Amino acid sequence: MTVYWLCFILFLVGLYGVITRRNLIKIAISLSIMEFSCFLFLALIGYTEGGVAPIVDTADPVKTYVDPLPQAMVLTAIVIGLATTAMLMAVIIRIYRKYGTFDIREIKNLRG
Amino acid sequence: MELAISVIIIFMILGAIYAIHASDILSAVIAGGIVGYSLVICFLLLKAPDLAIVQIVVETITLIIMVAVVLDSSRTEAYGKFDSQAWVTAATAVVILAILFWFLKEASAPLAPFGENTMRMADAYVNGAVDKTGSVNLVTGVLFDFRGYDTLGEATVLVTAVLGVLTILRIRGRK
Repeated sequence: MTVYWLCFILFLVGLYGVITRRNLIKIAISLSIMEFSCFLFLALIGYTEGGVAPIVDTADPVKTYVDPLPQAMVLTAIVIGLATTAMLMAVIIRIYRKYGTFDIREIKNLRG
Repeated sequence: MELAISVIIIFMILGAIYAIHASDILSAVIAGGIVGYSLVICFLLLKAPDLAIVQIVVETITLIIMVAVVLDSSRTEAYGKFDSQAWVTAATAVVILAILFWFLKEASAPLAPFGENTMRMADAYVNGAVDKTGSVNLVTGVLFDFRGYDTLGEATVLVTAVLGVLTILRIRGRK
């Protein structure tokens, strides 16, 4: 159970960063930290003690495998995470070119 | 196994805390890379080689994009004075974290202990999957055969994101 708790603490650290930081790059980093902790949690749920990687050896098929279903889900989520991060960085670089700062308070004051 | 993974997760938490509090943005980005690459080691320990391969590629690309953005702009973080609004944000953060911690306590009660996964859902995918899909890698079988439409949707999301990035970077802002 300890690993689940540690994984959740990692999520909370990312959430803390999103709430308290003012720098857009740091907010993006905190978002990807939250993402990573979710991936890790799903991979942890699928683990079976003594299991092998879910690749079938046809010569010796009777084995315990690690659950392949969460792994397939996480594989999809990792790639989509890359897409959203790239999109986020594109928006951030546009904001920097327009306002000349990463600080969200100054961007709020300069609006209009 | 549980001990090794716990140690790596503690290392990830330390890296994350440093990434959030570093005063140089470039070192924050690199410290964020600690979390991503430690995740690769965790995936290898959890017997998920496909995830490890994909994660190491994705993390490298993310790091390159972030370093490019930081080098193209400013590296220092301007810490303002700790005004009243900052106190409100900090208090909100503490309250939200406390609520979420209670939620985890409730939600983790019915979970099976670590390493005792019952594979309720996966039996249908594991038994006879090689005959049904012709793929010895079960993860590939799930991704491209049982859930092929899911993967098609993922590819659509990727194309949309690429188009979005191109659109955002090409338009010219108001002068």
